Amino acid sequence: MTVTEDRPGDLPERTLPEDTAPAKEVGRPRRRKEDARLITGRTTWTDNMVLPGMLHLAILRSPMAHARIRSIDTGAAREAPGVVAVFTGRDLADEQGGLFTVWTVTPDMVRPDHPSIAVDQVKHVGEAVAIIAARSRAAAQDALELVDVDYEPLPVVLDMEQALAEGAPLTHDHLRSNESFHFVFDSGQAGTGANVEETFANAEVVVSRRFVQQRLIPAFMEPRAVVVQPQGDTFTLWSSTQVPHIVRTVLALTTGIPEHKLRVIAPDVGGGFGGKLQVIPEEVLCLLVARRLGKPVKWNETRSESLMSGHHGRDQIQYIDVAADREGNLTGIRARLLNDMGAYLRLVSPGIPIFGAFMFGGAYKVPAYRFDCTGVFTNKTPTDAYRGAGRPEATFAVERIMDELAVELGMDPLELRRRNWIKTDEFPYTTSAGLEFDSGDYDTATDMALELVGYDELRAEQQRRREARDPVQLGIGFSTFTEMCGLAPSRVLGTLNYAGGGWESASIRMLPTGKVEVVTGTSPHGQGHETAWSQLAADRLGVPFEDVEVLHGDTAISARGLDTYGSRSLVVGGAAVVNAAEKVVAKARKVAAHLLEANEDDLEFSNGKFAVRGTPGSELSIQEIAFATFSSHNWPEGMESSIDADATFDPVNFSYPHGTHICAVEVDTETGGVTIRRYGSIDDVGVIVNPTIVEGQIHGGVAQGISQALYEEAVYDEAGNLTTGTFVDYLLPSAADLPAFLTGNTVHAAPGNPVGAKGVGEAGCIASTPAVVNAVLDALRPLGVSDIRMPMTPERVWRAIQEGGDGGDRATAGSNAYGGAQTETTAGVSTPESSLGGDR
Amino acid sequence: MTQISVRVDGVNYTDDVEPRTLLVHYLREQLGKVGTVVGCDTSNCGACTVHLDGEAVKSCSVLAVQADGRAVTTIEGIAQDDGSLHPMQKAFHEQHGLQCGFCTPGMIMAAIDLVHDNPDPSEHEVREGIEGNLCRCTGYQNIVRAVQAAAADMRGAAHATATEPAGAPA
Repeated sequence: MTVTEDRPGDLPERTLPEDTAPAKEVGRPRRRKEDARLITGRTTWTDNMVLPGMLHLAILRSPMAHARIRSIDTGAAREAPGVVAVFTGRDLADEQGGLFTVWTVTPDMVRPDHPSIAVDQVKHVGEAVAIIAARSRAAAQDALELVDVDYEPLPVVLDMEQALAEGAPLTHDHLRSNESFHFVFDSGQAGTGANVEETFANAEVVVSRRFVQQRLIPAFMEPRAVVVQPQGDTFTLWSSTQVPHIVRTVLALTTGIPEHKLRVIAPDVGGGFGGKLQVIPEEVLCLLVARRLGKPVKWNETRSESLMSGHHGRDQIQYIDVAADREGNLTGIRARLLNDMGAYLRLVSPGIPIFGAFMFGGAYKVPAYRFDCTGVFTNKTPTDAYRGAGRPEATFAVERIMDELAVELGMDPLELRRRNWIKTDEFPYTTSAGLEFDSGDYDTATDMALELVGYDELRAEQQRRREARDPVQLGIGFSTFTEMCGLAPSRVLGTLNYAGGGWESASIRMLPTGKVEVVTGTSPHGQGHETAWSQLAADRLGVPFEDVEVLHGDTAISARGLDTYGSRSLVVGGAAVVNAAEKVVAKARKVAAHLLEANEDDLEFSNGKFAVRGTPGSELSIQEIAFATFSSHNWPEGMESSIDADATFDPVNFSYPHGTHICAVEVDTETGGVTIRRYGSIDDVGVIVNPTIVEGQIHGGVAQGISQALYEEAVYDEAGNLTTGTFVDYLLPSAADLPAFLTGNTVHAAPGNPVGAKGVGEAGCIASTPAVVNAVLDALRPLGVSDIRMPMTPERVWRAIQEGGDGGDRATAGSNAYGGAQTETTAGVSTPESSLGGDR
Repeated sequence: MTQISVRVDGVNYTDDVEPRTLLVHYLREQLGKVGTVVGCDTSNCGACTVHLDGEAVKSCSVLAVQADGRAVTTIEGIAQDDGSLHPMQKAFHEQHGLQCGFCTPGMIMAAIDLVHDNPDPSEHEVREGIEGNLCRCTGYQNIVRAVQAAAADMRGAAHATATEPAGAPA
């Protein structure tokens, strides 16, 4: 065993600027305003709420993956000490409505009814079947044991490929198949690129692979919780959600409670990662029970409930083909996916793969492009958004197949990428998938990343280890990724049949004492909007950072908003703050002109002060004008007594962060253990408002992407039980499992929004997974290893080393019939094994 | 019901609890110490970490009755009386060692105990030392920075206390 030569003893030096006072707030590494309450325990997590007379709800969940409910005996539970009421699906059948899916990805998409609590049948383990309302949490939990449900088991289908086979058991027995939708985009048909079939027929080289994006669980640290307070015919609902505005509208439509009678509050929310981008059955059930009983209710899930019943992510089988010439110029990419929807479509489930539909070409110029995705029902927990949502899947496929093509061509993987990616002077660049990539410099980011990780030394060490037949081999993997952020141009969402818009809203209130309230429609849960939005407003208004308070997450305060997901908040919501600030300044300018008895055009505004050009001493601050507004004693004729402003921002294009991530791993060939030796990234996320927050987002994202590569997988047994149902079994990495990250940035301002930001929330998670897998394979290719399924556990790595190829994974997956590690090198061959194969 | 007497964050409480009551539920539900949170059912996540007689424990795996006659310190009890932050709290803020903040109370309590045992931990020792506390947001790097920065601060404070003569200006 070789000892690591240069494992750093200390964390990398920060490359952030010092927190000295630059002229502007934007770009300054401000420490977060949010922290004060979080580091002292003075928080408002939903589960902290206590209301007079509040009842505690516990939910009995199905232990069956597919069954008919013959009967439910709640008699004993009703008599248990402390129990106030028990409800089953039948009790609530007339009022529970159905849960919504707001993204109709094809006109004929099949969307089964989804009750919040099962009435006749259960379709997955974890579905709600009964609710206990009791005086204490313990009494409610105890009474769950007393409910007797008689289930008639029904056939279970869990595997996507089996689910699509002829004669497969049906997840929903009134439907004809387990297919929900089939979405196709073809550049030839769309007129956005070359003819795909001809391209592949005439290609000099075609490489085809089958990749598996395993099922993951978002695993936010704060379990979900809901509190409802009924007051007459109005309801206040607190929920640990990313999307209070969406929850309000959808709950109104689901339950029939008029929207104006429903207030939704997301207080402190402990992480989401897409897992709280949902309108959950429990929100509906809490409302219904509170309405029935006229009492406040609280539901707070256990971790095992959370892992079992909160939506999952990923779960995609990918068949991807790349066509190129012998010099390594890409000519086409086509992807065919199966995406497991689980038993039902949740809020945006079918849209998740579609959000990646146009990104399988990655950062590269690909003349012909085809995307084909089938959504499949199985008796498992529904899937929906998880950090990256469609783009990690796309990025993984393209970054992995680029390495496979490089191997096939005998080219350096980085050289192959350089040859094909979009050059700086080619932006804006319209891809064959029809997207307009806005800006960037892939060469510089890559050069910086190589320098950052000490690439030449790593390659030299790799060579030494190979020559010495060291049992610990070194591998280096790349991910030169781009992604699309900034959800979203409303018009584009319309063309994709998404029900909502993509704008964001902000209001600025100038208080009499000159303090400022910024009301945002975004809903942070760890991203630091209170700090970053304060920086934006402070710059634009010329007021001190400390004088700004950011309000969010309460529909009674922030009336309009579309919340936080998809790396949209700064790009869209921050832009709305800037727009609102400019309106405030414009109104204040009129007041200043009136009070200074000057012409508006003669006023200049800087550092928060209006001054009359050429008249020293004649000036008014915007904070003074705020007080003058309050008094309004001397006010411009015809102007309303307010300088407050509302604004929205609706982007005209997505934004496209990009970067180069390089991972070096040590693989112990005797044990299969993988250790990350070095991880470095250069990300271009556009203009950086707060470098500390940006660095933190990259760290956390990279950690989650590494975790997909090495650690996490939601596993079901043959009966449909989630066997990774606690944190004992579902492996979240600890500090000891992760490396230190080297990070840096290039900055190309996004041209599409006034902040210039591109979005950073998902970049790390999108980029890192293929970098890790490529690194492990780079270490092991000389040993005959061609692929290893994620997560790359020591056992899988060891088997691959022992058996060669992919360690028998494909054979055991039973999928060689239409996929697998095949490479076609004869011109004119488009095999049925490729992604367009007729497998169904 | 069993009667227990517990000193929590410097205040004495005497209460009746069900014998099965976990310490964390006693803290949250009977005392209103909601700064300490519950993140899992299996004592993996460490979000509920408090100090019991000065040692870090996961309060979800301690019964309230086991705390009888003992002293509990939570995240709400580590700042000074004048409100000034504990060096570990300060360092988490300075080093951006938190994002959503849900793991933070437990992480801070675990880290204080770690630094008591090892006043000058290496990066590796910090990573191993907080292995029982999960964070999903930060990737841990800034938590490690925070713990090392706090350790330096706490060493400095200990040094100052040990060497400065009584009555020296603060």
